[in-house]
Amino acid sequence: MRIWINGTSHELPEPASVHDALTALGAPSTGVAVAVDDELVPRADWARYRLAADAKVEVLTAVQGG
Amino acid sequence: MTDGIVDEPLVVGGRKIASRLIMGTGGATNLAVLERALVASGTALTTVAMRRVDAAAGTGVLDLLRRLGIETLPNTAGCRTAAEAVLTARLAREALDTDLIKLEVIADERTLLPDPIELLDAAEQLVADGFTVLPYTNDDPVLARKLEQAGCAAVMPLGSPIGTGLGIRNPHNIEMIVAAAGVPVVLDAGIGTASEAAQAMELGCDAVLLATAVTRAGDPERMAHAMRLAVEAGRAARLAGRIPRRYWAQASSPAVD
Repeated sequence: MRIWINGTSHELPEPASVHDALTALGAPSTGVAVAVDDELVPRADWARYRLAADAKVEVLTAVQGG
Repeated sequence: MTDGIVDEPLVVGGRKIASRLIMGTGGATNLAVLERALVASGTALTTVAMRRVDAAAGTGVLDLLRRLGIETLPNTAGCRTAAEAVLTARLAREALDTDLIKLEVIADERTLLPDPIELLDAAEQLVADGFTVLPYTNDDPVLARKLEQAGCAAVMPLGSPIGTGLGIRNPHNIEMIVAAAGVPVVLDAGIGTASEAAQAMELGCDAVLLATAVTRAGDPERMAHAMRLAVEAGRAARLAGRIPRRYWAQASSPAVD
């Protein structure tokens, strides 16, 4: 199943959760937040949130700025 | 403040901030330079931006702020619409476990000036969602009043556009914002050197937020120190009450008999 993680296409086995997407990205588990199709997915829901095909997953963290 | 001279702490949204110099982290060439500048500034609250995770880059700036005991103020830099800013704020709250947000909604890349329509819309949504909202705003007394009425915890008017170092282009507007505000006023953006940070405080601002003036200075650590002193000096001068301006001279020595 294809999903988009931070703008890059990834193939993940079904069913895929937000947690699976984070693992595919190699993202740290703290200091990050996730939106799927422009909606925040709280950390508590990462394991059970099922991604649809072509879901757009954005994984953000804090960087120098402002 | 030192030497037994009393001042009240800055309070934003019910929380005490131990320094009236709020720092940004953008523009520093590396984390070691940034660390020395932040320490020299004496800041207690510092901004970060939210961007896509780069697994290779790690989370260095967050670790640094945590180690220095500096509270994190996430921003919504780069957002052009209220919808983008609200989502970014929610992601920041989730990632950083803070309800503080420096709300930026920018109209265009050339000026980086706030879009007042989108800004007010985003502020209303974020206040309703429980955020402590610190909006980066134009130096417009009417917009500042509307942001306060919307429930923002502070208003942060620009001195001049972000990164320009042009100082405070309309001091009278800043004074009008200060005169009307019931929440802290933070001069945000445009500061180029220490005298301008002092001027902001003399005009009655409660704090100054700056980044570029320090991080892109020839010696960031030394400029951070200068800014710290300037904010303290300007604050003390404001509290002390400056003399009125006079047209003609007034002798400060007794007249000769």
